[in-house]
Amino acid sequence: MGAATPVVELKQITKRFPGIVANDAISLQLRKGEIHALLGENGAGKSTLMNIVFGLYQPDEGSIEVNGKPVMIDSPNKAIELGIGMVHQHFKLVQPFTVTENIILGSEPTKGLNINYKKAAAEVQRLSEQYGLKVNPHAKIHDISVGMQQRVEIVKTLYRGADILIFDEPTAVLTPQEIKELMVIMKKLVAEGKSIILITHKLKEIMEISDTVTIIRRGKVIDSVKTSETNPNELAEKMVGRNVTFKVDKKPATPGDNVLEVSKLTSKNKEGISVLNELNLNVRAGEILGIAGVDGNGQSELIEALTGLRKVDSGSIRLQGKELSNHSPRHISESGVGHIPEDRHKHGLVLDFSVSENIVLESYYKSPYTRRGFLNFDAIKKQAKRLVEAFDVRTPSIETKARSLSGGNQQKAIIAREVDKNPELLIAAQPTRGLDVGAIEFVQKQLIAQRDQGKAVLLISFELDEIINVSDRIAVIYEGQIVGEVLPEETNDRELGLMMAGSTQKRGTVHE
Amino acid sequence: MDLLTIGQIINTTLVFATALIFASLGGIFSEKSGVTNLGLEGFMVFGAFAAGIGAHYAQEAGMGGTTSAWMGVLVAVALGVLVSLIHAVASITFKADQIISGIVINFLAAGSTLYLVKLLFEGSGDSPLVQGFSKFDVPLLKDIPLLGEALFKNVYPTTYLAIILVFLTYYILFKTPFGLRLRSVGEHPSAADTVGVKVRRYRYVGVMISGALAAIGGAAITLTTTGTFSHNTVSGQGYIAIAAMIFGKWNPIGAFGAAVFFGFSQAIRNYVQLFEWSQSIPQEIIYMLPYLLTIIVLIAAVGRSSAPSALGEPYDPGKR
Amino acid sequence: MSKVLKWFTRDSFILPIVAILMGLILGGIVMLIGGYNPVEAYGALFKKVFGDMYNFGEAVREMTPLIMTGLAFAFASRAGLFNIGGEGQFLVGMTAATFVGVKFAGLPIYIHAPLALIAGAVFGGLWAAIAGYLKAARGVNEVISSIMLNWIGLYLANLIVRQFLLLQGENRSVDISESASISLTWLSELMGNSRVHLGTLIALVMAVLFYIYMWKTKQGYEIRAVGYNPNAAEYAGMHVNRNIVKAMFISGMLAGLGGAFQVLGVFQYQTVMSGSPGTGFDGIAVALIGLNHPFGVLLGALLFGTLTYGSAGMSFAADVPPEIIRIVIGSIIFFIAAQGIVRWVLKPFYSKRKKEKVL
Repeated sequence: MGAATPVVELKQITKRFPGIVANDAISLQLRKGEIHALLGENGAGKSTLMNIVFGLYQPDEGSIEVNGKPVMIDSPNKAIELGIGMVHQHFKLVQPFTVTENIILGSEPTKGLNINYKKAAAEVQRLSEQYGLKVNPHAKIHDISVGMQQRVEIVKTLYRGADILIFDEPTAVLTPQEIKELMVIMKKLVAEGKSIILITHKLKEIMEISDTVTIIRRGKVIDSVKTSETNPNELAEKMVGRNVTFKVDKKPATPGDNVLEVSKLTSKNKEGISVLNELNLNVRAGEILGIAGVDGNGQSELIEALTGLRKVDSGSIRLQGKELSNHSPRHISESGVGHIPEDRHKHGLVLDFSVSENIVLESYYKSPYTRRGFLNFDAIKKQAKRLVEAFDVRTPSIETKARSLSGGNQQKAIIAREVDKNPELLIAAQPTRGLDVGAIEFVQKQLIAQRDQGKAVLLISFELDEIINVSDRIAVIYEGQIVGEVLPEETNDRELGLMMAGSTQKRGTVHE
Repeated sequence: MDLLTIGQIINTTLVFATALIFASLGGIFSEKSGVTNLGLEGFMVFGAFAAGIGAHYAQEAGMGGTTSAWMGVLVAVALGVLVSLIHAVASITFKADQIISGIVINFLAAGSTLYLVKLLFEGSGDSPLVQGFSKFDVPLLKDIPLLGEALFKNVYPTTYLAIILVFLTYYILFKTPFGLRLRSVGEHPSAADTVGVKVRRYRYVGVMISGALAAIGGAAITLTTTGTFSHNTVSGQGYIAIAAMIFGKWNPIGAFGAAVFFGFSQAIRNYVQLFEWSQSIPQEIIYMLPYLLTIIVLIAAVGRSSAPSALGEPYDPGKR
Repeated sequence: MSKVLKWFTRDSFILPIVAILMGLILGGIVMLIGGYNPVEAYGALFKKVFGDMYNFGEAVREMTPLIMTGLAFAFASRAGLFNIGGEGQFLVGMTAATFVGVKFAGLPIYIHAPLALIAGAVFGGLWAAIAGYLKAARGVNEVISSIMLNWIGLYLANLIVRQFLLLQGENRSVDISESASISLTWLSELMGNSRVHLGTLIALVMAVLFYIYMWKTKQGYEIRAVGYNPNAAEYAGMHVNRNIVKAMFISGMLAGLGGAFQVLGVFQYQTVMSGSPGTGFDGIAVALIGLNHPFGVLLGALLFGTLTYGSAGMSFAADVPPEIIRIVIGSIIFFIAAQGIVRWVLKPFYSKRKKEKVL
């Protein structure tokens, strides 16, 4: 321990939820002016711990000291009073309000009975300049970029006099360039005397920016080390508890003919803007095409167009020569397209249906599941049992409601359903989002298995590592177009990042 | 049709619109804070009832006609707030389905008010006739052509109160810290929570204000148009007020406009005889008019997305 | 045996029962405050309903339209829709049945009556489909549009009666032909000469059909999927809008049929109504008490019918204003909707049971 008192010290913090100990006697010290990374997988307990520091939860055991004094942080207000501010992973911003309104909410400067908007805007401007956080005080949140939204979140904490800032997975939605900008911001904050806790599972960022790393696994602190004295492999091993290979085990691809051909695909949104702008791509049999890009550049719209949920204004989508654009979802599905949707709760499952009802979600109307209008429960149950076993979906019974399954098992159920259709083209959108390492491995193995069987796989993911490790070929999407195509072994983060940000250096051509 | 008649039509429109204005403003406060309020009808019934009772007893106690009327309004507000707590507790604290809770309020209103009237007035289905508010003229302004007839002659104080409240509501919602926080709670309660705005508290206040305002709306009907309370005093105005709120995109000025529009559709029923061709139309068509117009308006009103984003979802702080 | 016991102690059974008890108790308290004797009152209520065959028959007759409007609301709920328009659909169906019953005289009974019933069902369905279509195609909130259609339906019913079916000098329609009637003399005689009719049996059959349709057929599966998660349903290839309109149509059919029962089985004519009868709204209460399940609706209608029919006895014998029953019913629904309150009351009993799995 250093000579100075830590700015924040957590002593033996324990927090229990029904059935699980989220935090188990966690101790941690944050020194003034340091960037302290909190590393752990999904579900390790990082968010719970930080929610305790921020006053959203109360610990069952243990104590917190701020600047040497023991404190009870029983509400976010108290945390704010103590100078603790949180920059959330999912921004807590009110969309129709302006930047200024969001920043001052709850601590509004007043003139008489009404809000002194001018004073507020001036203060926002001042903070913005002091810390190099470019924001437009009068813009509405739904009009500004993700990067600026994050900066608004940061200014929110500074406005309330935060000296200790907690960043929760801040880089999840940023391009590599924006991540670099964020790092610069964090260094500036520290230079101005702030202390930062950085929650993340991204090893690269930890190595680049942090001073200290505390690794948490299953609610317990595994270790706390100086970043300069460790390396990514060591960190990964501590995080997961075993030797981790970053590369996914796969044979080289042997692609065949084009299964999917998309040419000049164009689709406009309500305001008349082309969200898909003469997009061209193709996927061959026996290959995984990964689409890299920052959220909001047309990925969702592309998937919607491919699966029949979005109207195509011009251009074509051909599956093995058959034109599929503007056909119904059912027709497309029956033509041989499988789809693992990015939001499994919203689009992939009917949570209040049983597992077996979900298994037949796309086939219930066909024989043998329906006979003369009536459901054939024997056939449905048989199918459900078969798939649950084959894909290792952990569930107490096939009649259990899908809601009760863990995220990983829900995803397995969806994959089981889609893969069993034996589709020529499998579209996987954010397939490993929110899953633990074991489930991620399973999903990626399934995608590769499909490809090994000669199917075409289209993988869309925001995790660059996943794209690089799993894909055979990478296409980058930007503003509704494919702006570049590379081979994973021949590229790197920086190049991809540039393309994702629109800095178009078209390396490689789109295959005809 | 001459200027005088047009002026009178506007005047009648405002009379019908007044109750709607109060109720739709109430709806705005509740829904802007994120709580669906289908119980506006029930609150209006309670308000109409309370006003009838309050004014009656005030008159019995010797207070003058207008004073008694204002007493009636006060009682209405009190009852409205009290009853709104039922909806608030059910929806906010116990996270019940807000639509059902609102409908329950309407059931309870219909039943309990009639029960109490029969209880208090020996089995009669109507509350005793009260004097209510009297119309008055604004000196000088009443002589302005058209506008005078429309806005300054034969007006009820409640109408002016309603219009004042429209602007007051706008000011409160969009210019004060309270309004900012109330709206934040309805758009993104989690964001409000993390900056220390107490979500539950603001929602309770929103619902209570809606109870009070809707009750005043009901009171306005008893104290101006009918003079008594019976089971069909309110008859659907609460639901039309909801439509006005939606049509007005949850904005007080918009709701005001919508309320006037619906008030017009009701007022026109009184003046239809002026048109020759009205003789050949069955009276039922004329009665239908406000409701038909409401639907047509709802179809045409684009942009349902103006609803507060967190409307109707109980806030669960456990979910991050 | 323990399996049956387990089924009875399930949440979905206990909660409504406790809610009903709490509602009755609350009603009792309100009576006490008003100076009435709740025991006497409830006693009079039950005596009125179950005292003799005639009254029981009449009570059953009164429950019948409630079963239909209750099934209507429950059906739409399963599709994720709030059909508050049962009132209007009930009236439109009623009017259609009256129209056929009056204007199509001369048909043999086994054609005329079914035709009238079908007319009632179809037009009730179409009336509901309007709200369904507006929701599906234009996103108009079905609650508001349904409520407006209730009013329009009322005036439309009156319009048609007055313009086409009026009994001169009276405020009602002419009688429907005998051939369209669905009253059953043998059943009436069986039940003390009360006005029971075929509709009751049809209603029971409808409840069973509802159950089979919703949980055993492909179409029911789709409606439930759309009701639970329209997004996932769309992704899975189902036509969400089509299902919304279909569900509203079927829902309206049930309500309309209920209206048809009233004119074809009970009154044999239709009056010009000064106000809505309220059967549609009462159906909502019945459905909520029955937790939107067809068999629950039957029980809910039984409860509701007993309470409302019996309230006349309460008023007559114990002098209690019948409106108090509205308070009782409102409270019951409230306690069912705000389940949290019931659970809170039952907390001491729950801690003894094995804690339910936290989802």
